[in-house]
Amino acid sequence: MIGSIAAVGAGLAVIGAGIGIGQIGGHAMDAIARQPEASSKIQTTMIIAAALVEGAALFGIVVALLGNNPQ
Amino acid sequence: MTNKINIFRKFSGVYPVIIALFLMISTHLSASEPQEDAVVIVQEGDGSHAIDPHAKGSEKKMDISAVAFEHVLDAHSWHFWGEDHEAVSMPLPVILYSNVKGLQMFMSSRFEHGHASYNGYSLYEERIVSENATESVYDFSITKNVAQMFLSMILMLWLFISIANSYKTQGLTTAPKGKQSFFEPLIVFVRDDLAKNNIGGKNYEKFVPYLLTVFFLILINNVFGMLPIGANLTGNIAFTLVMSVITLIVTNLNGNKHYWHHIFAPPAPKAIWIILIPIEIVGIFTKPFALMIRLFANMTAGHIIIISLIGLIFIFKTTMASFVAVPFALFISVLECLVAVLQAYIFTMLTALFIGTACADHNEDGAHNEDDEAVAVKHH
Repeated sequence: MIGSIAAVGAGLAVIGAGIGIGQIGGHAMDAIARQPEASSKIQTTMIIAAALVEGAALFGIVVALLGNNPQ
Repeated sequence: MTNKINIFRKFSGVYPVIIALFLMISTHLSASEPQEDAVVIVQEGDGSHAIDPHAKGSEKKMDISAVAFEHVLDAHSWHFWGEDHEAVSMPLPVILYSNVKGLQMFMSSRFEHGHASYNGYSLYEERIVSENATESVYDFSITKNVAQMFLSMILMLWLFISIANSYKTQGLTTAPKGKQSFFEPLIVFVRDDLAKNNIGGKNYEKFVPYLLTVFFLILINNVFGMLPIGANLTGNIAFTLVMSVITLIVTNLNGNKHYWHHIFAPPAPKAIWIILIPIEIVGIFTKPFALMIRLFANMTAGHIIIISLIGLIFIFKTTMASFVAVPFALFISVLECLVAVLQAYIFTMLTALFIGTACADHNEDGAHNEDDEAVAVKHH
């Protein structure tokens, strides 16, 4: 088996980030489509929520970096 | 006005050509440097030599992760450019305290990039190890990250003291100019949108200096980390640990009665207090912990991504890979500039939020007061 399972773990963590941020972006676009006047507020909230979700995914990546055992 | 738009339209076709020319020239330049056989050489028996990823040798695969980690981790000398013997780097002071030999100070050039040992100490993968196994050494050196921190502190002191002086000499009613006009919107943003919105109430102004310090410290060090000769200070977990510990201290020192009440006697049925109180107590610590990990991981991961993308050129050992790698790396670099500003904003906003929940004034919230009174009545 080539590589380490830490890389698999990091990849799994990124799936969570992708799903989360994708949902945030999608709902933000729905909200902007409903009410274009509020688009700057929605955009700011979207960026904040995306950074928080990304922080959670980066926990997983940090653990993957820590647990990486190079042969 | 229409004249200007027409002229712009006439010349606007030139911009894609310029960008394409720039990309081609930059990839040609980056690929035409003499490509060493990128290998990893196993050291000859002597365990004190670090693995040198830039050495020439037999055809083994390029160890990108070693190069990447060398760039994001701390070091005892500040390496600017160059490889091995023609490396341009600045040695930094090494300050050690050992329980055997006492305080020692010398320049890290004595270690000769890890190839020599000095006074019983040698450098193993950028850590000081002593030849004497029973000696414990405490490392207080001025490493690259510490030097970076001093540099950014001096920059911030000069910047903000000179801005404050220009307010003093010019007064508050004249239009700002120079550095003032760049930083005033940022400072007012932190004061109004972050401190006032999240902390609110009568005493938000006493937290504004701390929030401004956090914001600009993280922002300036993030930007320094993006420069080729900069150091990755905010990607150092010790630095983010200290910042989040200070946030923890500031938040909890300013906790008022309602805050501690919520943690140790939450307004919930008493049956679930047995689960809720430990969760609340752990929650005091997990919030700054998340701040620490978020900033550290974002910065470190970003730098590793950029280095890995450029390292693709060396993995495939062909110039053609640079047509893919350099635009990708350019895109990720732009994203990293956004992340640099965003992480400073997020850290500051969450700090303001935590301080706000700790010293929130509950008199405006009628329903909340009734809860508190009901709980208080039950107790007394």
